[in-house]
Amino acid sequence: MNTKVANRIFDVIIYFILILAVLVSIIPFLHIAAKSLSSNEAVMTMKVTLLPVDFTLEAYSRVIGDVSMVKSLLLTVLVTVAFTVLGMFLTICLAYALSRKGLRGQKVFLLLVLFTLYFNGGIIPHFINIFELKLYNTIWSIILPLALSPFNMIILRTFFLSSVPDSLEESAKLDGCGHIGILIKIFLPLSLPALATLSLFYAVGRWNAFSDALFYITERSLYPIQLKLYYLINAMGATETLDSAGSATQLAPDVIKSASVMFATIPILIVYPWLQKYFVTGITVGAVKG
Amino acid sequence: MYYSNASKNNIKAKEGFNIGKTLSSIKNDFSLYLLLVVPMIFLFLFSYKPMYGLIIAFKDYVPPMTIAESPWIGFDIFKEIFQSNQFYKVLRNTLILNGLDLITGFPAPIILAILLNEVRVKWFKKTSQTLLYMPYFLSWVIIAGIMYQLMSPETGLINILITNLGGTAVPFLTEKLMWVVSYNLIGIWQSAGWGTIIYLAAITGINSELYEAAVVDGAGRLRKIWHITLPGIRPTIIALLIINLGRIMGSSFDRPFTLGNAMVMDNADVIATYVYREGLQSVRYNLATAVGLFQSVVGFVLVLISNYFSKKAGEGGIF
Repeated sequence: MNTKVANRIFDVIIYFILILAVLVSIIPFLHIAAKSLSSNEAVMTMKVTLLPVDFTLEAYSRVIGDVSMVKSLLLTVLVTVAFTVLGMFLTICLAYALSRKGLRGQKVFLLLVLFTLYFNGGIIPHFINIFELKLYNTIWSIILPLALSPFNMIILRTFFLSSVPDSLEESAKLDGCGHIGILIKIFLPLSLPALATLSLFYAVGRWNAFSDALFYITERSLYPIQLKLYYLINAMGATETLDSAGSATQLAPDVIKSASVMFATIPILIVYPWLQKYFVTGITVGAVKG
Repeated sequence: MYYSNASKNNIKAKEGFNIGKTLSSIKNDFSLYLLLVVPMIFLFLFSYKPMYGLIIAFKDYVPPMTIAESPWIGFDIFKEIFQSNQFYKVLRNTLILNGLDLITGFPAPIILAILLNEVRVKWFKKTSQTLLYMPYFLSWVIIAGIMYQLMSPETGLINILITNLGGTAVPFLTEKLMWVVSYNLIGIWQSAGWGTIIYLAAITGINSELYEAAVVDGAGRLRKIWHITLPGIRPTIIALLIINLGRIMGSSFDRPFTLGNAMVMDNADVIATYVYREGLQSVRYNLATAVGLFQSVVGFVLVLISNYFSKKAGEGGIF
């Protein structure tokens, strides 16, 4: 009897705290969504909290009507796809070679890869390197340098080592399959969930990456969406903002900023259900050290 | 017969470095080495070549001169750095912001995970997890955009509430001390939900018989949390704590850069943003590189030390 009451109280407290935590994590989204759908006047007079006031799609039509914004989004999609394909190619090659037993020099290669996880040249040497490689202000500067992720490689290598049965490999060898044949016929088909997870890791990482574009790209037509959004929000000179965002010296009004943030967030929200599912399994695999 | 011969050969090969054996193994695994070529080129070009570039911290590097041609200047730049107040300021800011993250941001996912674990209603647990993970998938540019709207003194939700309750608007992101608090809270908002995953996984690993035995002994739910759940995830907590301690010198660039602004520079300027400004905007390559090198080396040493202690604590290292 007593414990039952205590249990009830305990439940109430737990649900209360969790509901609070959930509200805290979604209210910022609701607020900015409400602002993006409200009139500028309603926002400026502090009327907009969680629901749109004077509902209007004007801010969105201005964001989508802006050619540079849409171009930037398409460019980012293109970059993300290219980056993910390249990243997966490099990761598969490296993880497979480093997971084969008895490969001479394997430890050295592995160490070379792992070391880069803990030590790197830092911002300036990387910048100079991009300059020397003539990648500065090209789209390649945000595709090539980060394409090989040691972290993802380790996850895939662990997966190859632990999840592909040796017997399958042996029988393929007897059938006269070489290393690459075994990779294509056995390892890749068996690793599809892991490959999907890692592709998402790469794609989301690239979609959200910002600083490399900030460092390496000054050409406006090459801005990926995050950089575009950053300049828009911070309105570093009117030329960086939307063509239609207002007079030259004016900051983009909060409704336009809100709509732009939503514009860049919506693609992530659309793929979010898949993201969540695969990321959680991926992070759990990654936590198991190889 | 054949087998024993083969194993004898293997033993021989292991005894010492055998050129013939090496050559034949290279021949056998030729296709594997082929697979290594392209990734290794990437690794060399985009990771190791920039490490060579670190030597400009000891050189008077002024383009178009190449790094190799530039004259050596020894530790001059480091002397300048260690005498500049600016350096100590960004070092202090880096340590303070990371330290606060560690104190407040570290326990948050543990508490959240324990609470989530107590939920028996499946749909509620799943839905809360989905919503709590969401902020983690957004870029810092987007988060900063959202938070500047949320916390704006003129139009933000929080200040609308405060003024409606009769208070005066708080400049959350434009007043120096408030900014540090906001920076900290936003960090928790972004990562606490996601951080629960690893603890929830650890909790699943706890033997359920322990809970059953506790019930027989008449333990309530709080007691079960305190005596079973928490000790059960202790190794995970310690391992993550050590790893995070090792990262106290590290600084992400995106978060302080996107959340910072001119008004709060005194508290928001960390090593990474300082390096960016000195290097890429003021074009003081060697100074910025030297500061970055200092951070990399200290950070690396700290990771090694924390890894050592992690292993010593029996939690397994990261190497």
